[in-house]
Amino acid sequence: MPDRLGEAREVKFRDPELAGELGRTLVSLVDDIDRAPITLMHVCGSHEQAIAKYGLRATFPKALDVIMGPGCPVCVTDAPEVDEGVWLARQGINVATFGDMLRVPGTRHSLADAQSEGGKVHVVYSAAQVVSMARKDPSQEYVFYATGFETTAVATAAVLLSDPPPNFSVLSAHKYVPPAMEVVAQNPASRVEGFLAAGHAATITGYGLFEPMAEKYGIPIVVAGFEPLDILAGLVELVRLVRDKSPRVFNAYPRCVSREGNQPALRMMWQVFQTSSGVWRGIADIPDGNLRMRPEFECFDARKKFSIDASVYASEADLALVKDCICGGIMSGLASPPDCTLFRNRCDPQHPVGACMVSSEGTCKIWYEYGGRPDLSEAGRT
Amino acid sequence: MCLGVPGRILEIDDMTATVDFWGVRRQIRLDIVDVPCRIGDYILNHAGFAIRRIPDETIGDTLSLYEELLGSPEDDLMGADVRGELEAARRNGDA
Ligand code: SF4
Repeated sequence: MPDRLGEAREVKFRDPELAGELGRTLVSLVDDIDRAPITLMHVCGSHEQAIAKYGLRATFPKALDVIMGPGCPVCVTDAPEVDEGVWLARQGINVATFGDMLRVPGTRHSLADAQSEGGKVHVVYSAAQVVSMARKDPSQEYVFYATGFETTAVATAAVLLSDPPPNFSVLSAHKYVPPAMEVVAQNPASRVEGFLAAGHAATITGYGLFEPMAEKYGIPIVVAGFEPLDILAGLVELVRLVRDKSPRVFNAYPRCVSREGNQPALRMMWQVFQTSSGVWRGIADIPDGNLRMRPEFECFDARKKFSIDASVYASEADLALVKDCICGGIMSGLASPPDCTLFRNRCDPQHPVGACMVSSEGTCKIWYEYGGRPDLSEAGRT
Repeated sequence: MCLGVPGRILEIDDMTATVDFWGVRRQIRLDIVDVPCRIGDYILNHAGFAIRRIPDETIGDTLSLYEELLGSPEDDLMGADVRGELEAARRNGDA
C-alpha cells in the first residue's frame, strides 16, 4: 500500500517566481486575519487532484484549511439512483455510462455487479457515443446513465436536442452544484468561510450566478482554474475577501470565465432539464440539486419509458460496513478521510466501501493516492 | 471529469470538428462553444463537446501542463484520468 501521507512533495510551478510571490501574499493575508483555522471549501474534484498531486497544502500557511466539498458527481450519486441503472441492466437493456460509475455501490449491487452477471453495461466517454450505438442497433434499447455536473449536463442536453433515435434514452443522475453550496453555507455546523468555485463549470454558468448566494449567506466566492498557479491565485483573492469581510464574487479565471457564462449552452441545458430536489449521497436532500428531464422530453426519459422498480433492492441492504462510511461528512466539509476508521484499513481503491473511494475525483481516493494534509512537522516546516 | 482535454482542430464540417489529441483523432461537436472556431484553433474537449476555445496566449501553458500529466507515472491519479480520456477517445473515435 503506498503510504504517501505526510510526504510534502516539492511543488513544481512553471513560474516559480509568481508562485513564490503568491505564497508570500497568502501568508501575510492569513497573518493579518490572525486566527485559526480559516476554512475554505472548493467544490471540484480536479481542484482536489491538483492540490494533492502538486502538494499545495504543504505550501499553505498552517492556519489555512482548504477542504473539498461535494465536488465529485459520481460520489454524490445516491444508492437508489445506482439501483435504477442496475434494474435496467438486469432487464437486458443496454446501459452505458462513464467508467467511474461502474463500481459505485448501489443499495446492494453496483453496475459492475450487473455487468458480471451478464448485464449489458457499457463504458462510454460521451452521450453522443451512446446515440451512435443505438443507431447501429435499432432493435435494442440503449440507456445513457448520465452523471456529472452542469458542464456534463450541457453535453447530454445537446445530444437530446439533436434528434436522437427512439431506442435511445437517458437516465439522468445529473446534479446542479450551486444549491449544494447553499446547503453547506446554511449548515450551522459548517466552518466554511469562503468558496473556491470550479472554473470549468463557471465557463458555462458564468460567475454572476454566484452573486445572489454570496450576498444571501454573506460568504465570498472566488472562481478559479485548476492549474496550481490558478488555485494559489484564487486562494489569495478568497483569503483577501475573508480578511476584508467582503462577501463578494471574484473571478480569478478571467481568461475562461465571463459574468454571463455561455448563454447558448445554458439555454440548451434549461430547455432539456429542470431542477428537482433529491438526495446527494450521504449529504442531504438538496432542494433543486438534481437535474431531471422536462416533460417535453418524456419519450427520451428512461424513468418514464421503463417502469423502473428498484425498490426491490432496498430490502436487501447490507449496511454492516457502509454505516461507518463518512463520505457524507467529508463532502459536507465536516470531516476528512483520516477521520474515517475504515480509511486505508478496510476501505481502499481495490475494495471501496464508499463512493468517495471509487471515483478518481473522490476525496478518499485522492488522499489515498497522493496523501492528504501533509504533516508539516515531519517535513521540518513548522 | 472537470479537467477536459485540449486538442487542435484539423477539419470542420458544420457543427462537427475533427480534432487531434496527441495523435488521436476524434469528432468533437462545436454546438456549445460560444466563440467561432477555425481550423488550427485549440479547444478544450469535455465529454465529446468543445466547451471553450483556448486563447492563443495560453495554449503553450495549457499544453505543457497536460504533457506533464501525460508523462507522469502510471499510478498517478491525475495522469491516469487524462490518459484514460485519450484512451477512450482512441477506442471510440469516430474518425
Ligand atoms: S475511507 Fe471509505 S468508508 Fe471511509 S469515508 Fe472514505 S469511502 Fe467511506
